[in-house]
Amino acid sequence: MTDRGTPLVEMRDISIAFGGIKAVDHVTIDLFPGEVVGLLGHNGAGKSTLIKCLSGAYHADAGDIFINGEKAVIANPRDARDYNIETIYQTLALADNLDAASNLFLGRELVTPMGLVDDVRMEAEARKIMARLNPNFRKFKVPVSALSGGQRQSVAIARAVYFNARILIMDEPTAALGPHETQMVAELIEELKRQGLGIFLIEHDIHNVMKLCDRASVMKNGQLVGTVNVNEVTDDDILGMIILGKTPEKVA
Amino acid sequence: MTQSTTSDKAGASGAASPHEGPVTRFLRATELDTRLIGMIGALLLIWIGFHAYGYFVNGFGAFLTPRNLWNLSVQTSSIGIMATGMVLVIVTRHIDLSVGSILGFCAIVMGMMQVYVLPKYLGLGHPLIWIIAVLSGLAIGTLVGAFHGWLIAYRGLLVWRGAAFLVARGETISPVDSTFALLGGGPYGAVGATGSWIVGLLACAGIVFMIFHGRSQRRKFEFPLRPVWAEVFLGIVGCGIVIGAVLLVNAYPWPKGIVKQYAERNAIDIPEGGLFISHGFAIPVLILIGVGIVMTFLMTRTRFGRYVFAIGGNPEAAELAGINTRWMTVKIFALMGFLTGLSSVVASARLNSATNALGTLDELYVIASAVIGGTSLGGGIGTIYGAIIGALVMQSLQTGMVLIGFDAAIQQVVVGSVLVLAVYLDKLYRSTSK
Ligand SMILES: Nc1ncnc2c1ncn2[C@@H]1O[C@H](COP(=O)(O)OP(=O)(O)OP(=O)(O)O)[C@@H](O)[C@H]1O
Ligand SMILES: [Mg+2]
Repeated sequence: MTDRGTPLVEMRDISIAFGGIKAVDHVTIDLFPGEVVGLLGHNGAGKSTLIKCLSGAYHADAGDIFINGEKAVIANPRDARDYNIETIYQTLALADNLDAASNLFLGRELVTPMGLVDDVRMEAEARKIMARLNPNFRKFKVPVSALSGGQRQSVAIARAVYFNARILIMDEPTAALGPHETQMVAELIEELKRQGLGIFLIEHDIHNVMKLCDRASVMKNGQLVGTVNVNEVTDDDILGMIILGKTPEKVA
Repeated sequence: MTQSTTSDKAGASGAASPHEGPVTRFLRATELDTRLIGMIGALLLIWIGFHAYGYFVNGFGAFLTPRNLWNLSVQTSSIGIMATGMVLVIVTRHIDLSVGSILGFCAIVMGMMQVYVLPKYLGLGHPLIWIIAVLSGLAIGTLVGAFHGWLIAYRGLLVWRGAAFLVARGETISPVDSTFALLGGGPYGAVGATGSWIVGLLACAGIVFMIFHGRSQRRKFEFPLRPVWAEVFLGIVGCGIVIGAVLLVNAYPWPKGIVKQYAERNAIDIPEGGLFISHGFAIPVLILIGVGIVMTFLMTRTRFGRYVFAIGGNPEAAELAGINTRWMTVKIFALMGFLTGLSSVVASARLNSATNALGTLDELYVIASAVIGGTSLGGGIGTIYGAIIGALVMQSLQTGMVLIGFDAAIQQVVVGSVLVLAVYLDKLYRSTSK
């Protein structure tokens, strides 16, 4: 790989175990500005667990995280936000009893000059951002428990992109979306990439990976199989990495 | 105060559908919550039931009298104040079984302060005594609550029995400071006829202001407006209830003995046929109303309230959104403790004495009040006004059973059954609304 200066994110030798299970086992990945790195692997490979160490949800047992070349201490989600890391969780992490705008601004509410929550302004902002992601979205007045799976996913995506992230983590962001909404998210990813964000994209659909990602890191049973430049391999090569756990000869 | 909390989030559902019946249309137009109407219906049923029972079985209905309803309002205050705090605790999926013992403990501390400690330094009857006593009770309540919250949040203890914390003392500490005693209600601890009218008119002005303000806000942000008839209806019902309450508390006169004592002290001649001096709203009731307003504001207009609901809806999501859920737990339990301290002021002032038996089993009443008032044991849902109405329901049951002469064992069975029923209804309500 050509030298591209300091990576935006480098997760070096990360390990984390739950009980006896090594969910992530000495994995090293990195991410440069304006780049989309796909994270692939079978169910339970450890993808979500790995990125949760970056988002502050988990604390790695071993290994270091560097942001812009500097060692970062991410002890909780608030720390991650301070590094402009935003995350779309696989579980979406929405408070079901609150409406879309309240979820979008959860933890970062807009307030009036008197310090009170400004629901009206938050709803107006929510309408703006949702119009870009899911123009058919109308349900601003109901708790998100009343939304469809795709609508909920749109809310989670909106939350991650609203706050000017520099590092975006998307854990299967389009799993519940229809074809049109998926297309809009793809366009959004392209646009964010042009703006210089670094994006970790966890995605099972090889077709989407080939289309959206610059590099792909494949995990198997908690370990890193390898990282490849997407334009140097075929989708069959990547499938082989996922299923057999072997890096194709030509790039190895 | 009644409908503002539900309407601003749930309302504005758009245009009328052509096929709805008059009831649905009424509910949609007024944006009243069906659970609120159900609670008020249940309350009226209880009141009328007890009154009718007394009327037909004992020969006279003692329930719907100014005297009984006034006493009911005072008795509701102590439980009601705590119930508003329990809403936060239950909404965040916790439970607090220690409020009764904390209440007793605060009462003991305040009693010792004003009977043994403060008079020694300040002299008996010093005007600062009651203030320092109250502050110390509130502080102790808050501290014990915060400590509980800390144990739960950072040490993973689910329930910590406050009783263990108490110094076991059987004695009764009395009498309390005379100004302090006013906080418990009673003839002198009420604001009188004129004071009650002032309170009532302020409340009516508040209701009218909220209706107009709400309308102008909705117009400004182009949200659908309620029909004018619905606004007028809400205004009339709201002000009607307030004025009715004022008339009621003013219809309950001071007892003759107190009037005589008062007349002698102030050198007033008692005219032929006696002097009619109204009680008016009792101070503890005004404290409860104040607490209700502040807590409603806290829950609906501040970040703190928003986080309480978020934690209840999905604790993990709240944590991932950067909310410090553990610290929130400490704050919530501290607030619960503060309100328990306040409730302890009211309860011990009313008894004019303090024992640590005060507050025994209160936790059951408080939890039942919150749950009857629509706070979901599954977390994430609850209102302050609901809890206060719930407290009124619980206290009405209690008072009614005493009036018609049920013995204590049956009373507890009834209270327990009501709690079970409320939990069952909550489950039913949640499974149908999902
Ligand atoms: N909180 C937890 N407690 C215990 N085990 C966990 C926990 N989180 C994850 N694991 C385990 O760690 C392993 C990796 O899980 P992870 O969620 O990271 O997989 P994944 O690659 O994201 O899978 P998927 O594609 O299904 O989302 C699994 O074996 C899982 O059971
Ligand atoms: Mg996953």
